[in-house]
This record gives sequence, C-alpha cells and structure tokens, in this order.
Amino acid sequence: MIALTAVLRRCRRALPAVALPAVALVVLLLPARADAIEVQRVVSDAGIEAWLVEDRSLPILALEAIFRDAGAVTDPEGKAGRAYMVGGLLNEGAGDMDALTFQRRLEDLAVHMGFDAGRDSFQVSLKTLTENRDEAFRLLRLALTEPRFDAQPVERVRSQIQAGLARDLQDPRTIAWRAWFETQFPDHPYGTPVKGTPESVAALTADDLRAFVTERLARGNLILGVVGDIDAAALKALLDETFGALPTRPAPLDIAEAGPAAPAAVTVREFPVPQSTVVFGHRGLSRDDPDFYAAMVVNYVLGGGGFTSRLMEEVREKRGLAYGIGTSLRPLDHAPLMLGSVATRNDRVGETIDILRQEWARMREQGPTPEELTAATTYLVGSFPLELTSTSAIAGMLTAIQRHGLGIDYIDRRASYIEAVTADDARRVAERLLRPEHLAAVVVGEPSGLSPAAN
Amino acid sequence: MNIVLARLLAPILVLGVLAAPAAARAEVYGAETFTLDNGMQVVVVSNHRVPVVTHMVWYRVGAADEPPGHTGMAHLLEHLMFKGTEEVAPGEFSRRVAEIGGRDNAFTSHDFTAYYQTVAKQHLDMVMRMEADRMTNLLFEDEHVRTERQVVLEERRQRTDNNPSALLGERANAVMFHNHPYRTPVIGWAGEVATLERDTLMAFYRRHYAPDNAILVVSGDVTTDEVRALAEEHYGPIPARQVAARARPVEPEPVVERRVVLRHPQVQQPSWSRRYLAPTYTTGASEHAHALEVLSEVIGGGTTSQLYRRLVVEEELAAGAGAGYSPEQLDYGTFYVWASPRPGVDMEALEAAVTDELEAIRRNGVDAAEVERAKTRLRANVIYARDSTSRGAFALGRALTTGSTVEDVETWPESIAAVTPEDVDAAARAVLAEHRAVTALLLPRPQDVAADDQEALR
Repeated sequence: MIALTAVLRRCRRALPAVALPAVALVVLLLPARADAIEVQRVVSDAGIEAWLVEDRSLPILALEAIFRDAGAVTDPEGKAGRAYMVGGLLNEGAGDMDALTFQRRLEDLAVHMGFDAGRDSFQVSLKTLTENRDEAFRLLRLALTEPRFDAQPVERVRSQIQAGLARDLQDPRTIAWRAWFETQFPDHPYGTPVKGTPESVAALTADDLRAFVTERLARGNLILGVVGDIDAAALKALLDETFGALPTRPAPLDIAEAGPAAPAAVTVREFPVPQSTVVFGHRGLSRDDPDFYAAMVVNYVLGGGGFTSRLMEEVREKRGLAYGIGTSLRPLDHAPLMLGSVATRNDRVGETIDILRQEWARMREQGPTPEELTAATTYLVGSFPLELTSTSAIAGMLTAIQRHGLGIDYIDRRASYIEAVTADDARRVAERLLRPEHLAAVVVGEPSGLSPAAN
Repeated sequence: MNIVLARLLAPILVLGVLAAPAAARAEVYGAETFTLDNGMQVVVVSNHRVPVVTHMVWYRVGAADEPPGHTGMAHLLEHLMFKGTEEVAPGEFSRRVAEIGGRDNAFTSHDFTAYYQTVAKQHLDMVMRMEADRMTNLLFEDEHVRTERQVVLEERRQRTDNNPSALLGERANAVMFHNHPYRTPVIGWAGEVATLERDTLMAFYRRHYAPDNAILVVSGDVTTDEVRALAEEHYGPIPARQVAARARPVEPEPVVERRVVLRHPQVQQPSWSRRYLAPTYTTGASEHAHALEVLSEVIGGGTTSQLYRRLVVEEELAAGAGAGYSPEQLDYGTFYVWASPRPGVDMEALEAAVTDELEAIRRNGVDAAEVERAKTRLRANVIYARDSTSRGAFALGRALTTGSTVEDVETWPESIAAVTPEDVDAAARAVLAEHRAVTALLLPRPQDVAADDQEALR
C-alpha cells in the first residue's frame, strides 16, 4: 500500500489539477502511465452538472445518477413503498411505448437501465454500448419525464412487490433488519420498510406514482456520474437533452432528524429457525462530522475489517460461534447509525451478545492498539482502488462523492484524511462513538441463554 | 449493509441464475496461457484500467471428489487453508493481505476449489509467495478443525437450514442425481460435517493440492511476462504429484419423473421449479449446450421472454418466471425453469400453465425471430463482461476446472452465433422431458398443522 500511495502521489505531481470554467480536471489516483484517470466537471448550457471520467478502452458508457431527498423517506403517510414502486415501473412504458415495447427496445439494444429507491435517495443506473448511446439517453429521458404507469404494468409490479414482501417474511435476516428500524424509528419514515407494507402497497395508485415523479425528480436534487467512451462536449449536449425537461427544483420537503428512539434492549422476535439472526446498533456519526475518518478506523478494527476485525476474531476464529459478524457506519441523511449483524445457533445467542458488548466496551475504553491503527489505516487507504472494478462502479463512486459533498479532489485527498487519524483521535472517537449502554439488538429466532440483564 | 461474510460457498448448481454468458472470447478477455514444467497451467488476463491485480489459484477438486461419508470435506478444507503454515501463522494470511490494502477469499463448488486475492499490482509477488507456500506446507491442528466445523455448521444454518427455499433446492438436487456425487450439498450434510477429522482432511489435501492439479489465473494490470517470471519463481519449484484424473460415479439415464414438496411453516411466498438433467459444454449431448443457452434466454431470460410474457404479463398468474442453464459443470448440467404465483393464485393453476407452455415449447419449438434477438443480447453482453476487472479470471478458472479450454472460452461468441432456430428446437426436444426432471414445490404449511404433527410425535 505504501508503494501504491507513492504511485498516486507521483501521478498528482505529474498531472496537476487544472481548473477550467466549465470543465475542471482533477487527476485521480492511479496508473503511473498514459491512461491516468481524470475527473472532469462537466456543466451543460442549461446548468446541469455531471462528473465525467473518460475511458476509451471499451466502446461502452455507464451513467449513475442519484436524486437526493427522493427515497422511501419521502413516502407520504399511508403511502409507504411509493418510491420503491416507482423504481419498478419507470422502465415499464414511457412516451409512446408501452411496457413490452420499451423493454424490448432496451433488450434489443443491450441497454441496461435500472431504478431503485433507497431510504434517502432514488438511484438510476444506465449502461450502454457507444453505438446505441443516443437512443439509450433518449429512453432514459422518456422514463424520467414521460413514464406511463399503465394499469397492467402497475398491477403486475404491485403483485411482484407483494410477492417480495411475502418472501421477506420467511427470511430471518430481512425480518431482523426491518424489526430493528421499526423499533428504533417508531415515529419516523425510517421505521417503515422501503418496500412498504402489504396494506400500503395495495393502496398505491398511479396518481400517487405520478406525484412522486413530478415532485421528487428534479434537476435541483440530481447528482450525475458518467464513465466511459464519451467526451465532455458530447456529454454536455446529452445532459440537456436528457435531463433538461425535468423541473428545476423538487417540491419542498420536511423530514425530521431522528435518532434511534428505543432504549438499549434485546428485543426477541420468535421465529421457528435453528439459528438466530441478531441485528444490533446505535447512533453513529454523520458523514460530514470531522471525526468520521477516525470513526471509520475504529469501526474497521472493531467489526468492519472482515476476517481481521476483533469481533470476527472473538466470535468466529476463537469460538466458532458464527460464520460471520460485521459492523458498518451508516450515515443516513437524517440519522447517522452504526449497525451490525451476526447469526448464531439458538443456544449460543446469549454468549455471542455478551462478547459483542464486551468488545464494544473494550474498544470504547482503550481504543485500537498502535498496530491495529496502522493496519486499519493501510487497509482503508490501500483498498480504495479495489472498488473501481468497472465503469459502473467508478460512476457510482463519483455520485457518492458528490452526494456527501467531499469535493472533486476527494479521491486524491482521501488517503491524507485517513492517515491523519492519530492514536489519540481514535481513542477519543471510540469513546464518543461506542456506547455499549445504548446498544439495541433485535434477535429473530428461538434464542436461549440471554442474560436477564441484557433484556 | 456491507458485512463481509466470507470463505464463501459457490451456489451448488447456479440454479435460478439468469443465463449469463458463462464465458467470453479472446478478443474480450485477451487471455494468454502457458504451462509450467511441473504441469501447472497459467492464464493471464490483462486489464490495465487500475493498478490492481486479482491472483487466483483454482484446484481441480471439489465436493464431488469427496470420499463417501465425508461430505463437506472440500469446503471445510478450504476454510482450513487459512490456518497457516510454518511461515504464516493461523489467520495471518488474511491479515497480511488486509495490511497491504488487499482482499482475499475462497470458494468451493462440486468441481473446483479456488482461492483469490485482489491487491495493488506491486504486491502480486507477496500473495503469490503465500499462496504457493500453502499449496504444500499447510498445517492445522485438531482444535482448528473443531472450531472451523462449528463455523461451517453455522454457515450451513445461515445458508440452508434457515432458508426453506435453499433447503428445498438442496433436497431436490439430492433427488436429481441417483448415483453421481452432485447429489450431495457442497457444504455437506450436517451430521457428516460434524465428524470430519484432521487426518482425513490432511490426506485429502495431500492427494489433491499440487501444481499439476491447479490452475493459476492472474487478471488485471499485469503482463504475461511478469506473471511468467513470478510463477516460475514461486510455483515452479513445487514438484508435481501425478494427481490422477478425476473418475466419478456415472449417472444412469433418467427414466422416472420425480416430485419433491416442502411444506414449511416459514413459507409465505410459494414457488414452483423444475430442473432437467442436461448436457454440458463437454459431456453428454454437448452439441446441444450452446443451443440450450439460447433456449434459456428465449424462454426465460428477461421480461420479454416467453415464460415471463405468458405467465406474468398475459395470464397474470405469476409474479415472476424465468429459466437458467449451467453448462459449466464437469459431469452433468442442469436446465432450470421456475415460477412463483401472484398473491391469491393457487399453485395448481400456475403449474398447469407452466407445464402447458413447456410442452408447447417442446412440441412446437420457439420463434425464429426470438432466437435471433436472444443471440444478439447474449453476444452484446460479452462486451460488458470485459468491463469488469475480475470477471475474466472467474470465467476462465471455472471453464478450465470443468473440462473446457481457453479456446472454448474464446470462441464462445462464435458458438452462440452459429446456433440456429432448429438447433434450439432440437435441444428443447432433447432436454425438456419430464422423465429427466425433478419438479420442486415450496408451499406454506399452516402453523396449526405443524403443531398437530408435533403433537403426534410426542
């Protein structure tokens, strides 16, 4: 990793950032060779911005887009699942094409177009061969601005979501995650499943779906990342053609900030399976918190580091209690969280949760060791290029950086943020972040051995 | 939630997976291959987008090579491969890879066991040294076996015992094969996993882990010359063991229709599926293999496919429907069709419609224009496969451990292009016969019935 950092820094010196009026170039990490990756800020004549990484190695193009404040959190009272259902329907007929015609067009041109609602945002993915690029963008424009919501596809997708909800009820993992959010956010949209409930999905109408498109999909909350076989000039034109017809701003929205509400407790949902699934967590740090990078280090050492984390060592490697255990920071827009999960046989649940609490407390009290801090830093810095596995993956990273306001030079600076975390920072932030007394767990299964104190 | 749960286990027969092109061609991956003096084949797939490499070693051994009564052995051994050598302490392998910002893992199927690391290119030497070391110098103790058996049993509960759909798939598979070891689950039967011992595991390791039974695949920002030099240095000195070619029990020609039903209190969403015994790229009536890939795409490859249109769109009986085919198996393949009912639709009605459609396909064949569309899609997707920095390594490793060659992988688009509508019809007639198939139903079981059964047992 140290050598890789050196490569990156060499790149940076060789190709310094150049700022242009509409097209800002920033050199990213990467190869000390001619094809160094650059991020360009492209702004169209109408003012639509996209970040672009030109990559001519293949005749393909990937676009990732996020509409902020357009996820399930915006579902109105009684209309849970609205954003998710729109996600299933935007490529099911638009403009003068019915669902079958639209889907056939996508398939025949090998255009991959997908939509998905998360808790906070609505995501768009497009991948196309260069030769079909203009048509792919035209189809995307139609999907975003002229979706039809014909009765037949609406009923079909409704039935598919209902079948999915039924399937979720047979999966202990999904039940546990859902129950955790339900118990922690009883009075907030985060407490309701992204997919909605059987009742709310049954009640959604085509007008509800149209209202979502009109109110939530706008230029003002749109974030774009594009990677592949296109230059800035061509992209500028496509941006206006594709997104120019969207409303300027989304409708006003008022989502309350929220924190996990329920007191620390172990909540059991009885379910007839041989292994219990445990989901646990408490408040985390928001993405713009100055301590976020130190929190990343602490999380990595405690439970985020795959095979090398303390929890994995104690729970899996030493005791064989589980196939895996992991934690992650999840900075939702309105509630930063730190969450984790583990699955263990029913009669070992108590022991597993006890270990979890002990490790939580030990990290809070002592922080990572110097060796752990070094290992975490080198991993978090060095593993970053491993994410860049495809044009879509790079495009997704470009949108994530914009979403969190990290700056166009983030990729270049990221290592320095992580390397700046000192042992004192890590200890201080471990104490700030980790609150064993706030740790709330949901157990789905038929657990035994839970200590009375834990309940 | 990004929780890494690893030493993952490859799905047993790639059932229900869309008919993705399992492989692509030389112009796609640009694979180059050579063989070391000790018989270890080496494959290099260059992709210079980011300064990262994926280093994989694939062994030609999997769950179908386990001795009787020792199911789960190949997979448990895969876990134990992380327990160290003289040079590398238990758990140290993954720790060292993480310390250089890399990732590592492993997976097991019926036909292969594979280990991989993805690292910055300058660390290829280091991971290759460690991988070569554990090819011959593995050490593990009874206590490691005891702990890791528990880990695997938790893995089994998580994947299978807690999941009625997976449980049914496992049992349908056991009914599918009368004699061939594809009948056993890769993860093993719980009662046998619990009794696996150090000495038999070590003997299994010594018998199968050798350079002449392994394939090195390196993809990413690297050249063939660089890989050759490193491979000769690290793997070159390991002596061959003259590992015998695999000879497995032979499956008799299928003659009986089979049906398995799981009524489970956990089930909320029923489903119907049927798996047919099918040829592969290299075994059985392999001339049908590419036509079966096209057939799978035509009848079940997406939302405009024949099954989806009829069952989901037109008759409004199903919430979903599709087909899949796994041609990359060493001995036998599976052609798979599935459907799940819309809420309120009963299973008999759905099953009647699916079987009616399958019979129509078998009898009347498929639409020639749809064959052309499917072929176009399959070939267009090859270019996307090339976009991924690691997919080529997976495709080639899988091909080479299941009887195919690099050349087969490279000529895949031509093979698909050559498929005619008549070929597809002939493949459908050859494979879509009920006596070749196991039909599996996943159904709910009302809680009170389950309680009555419990009562009756007492």
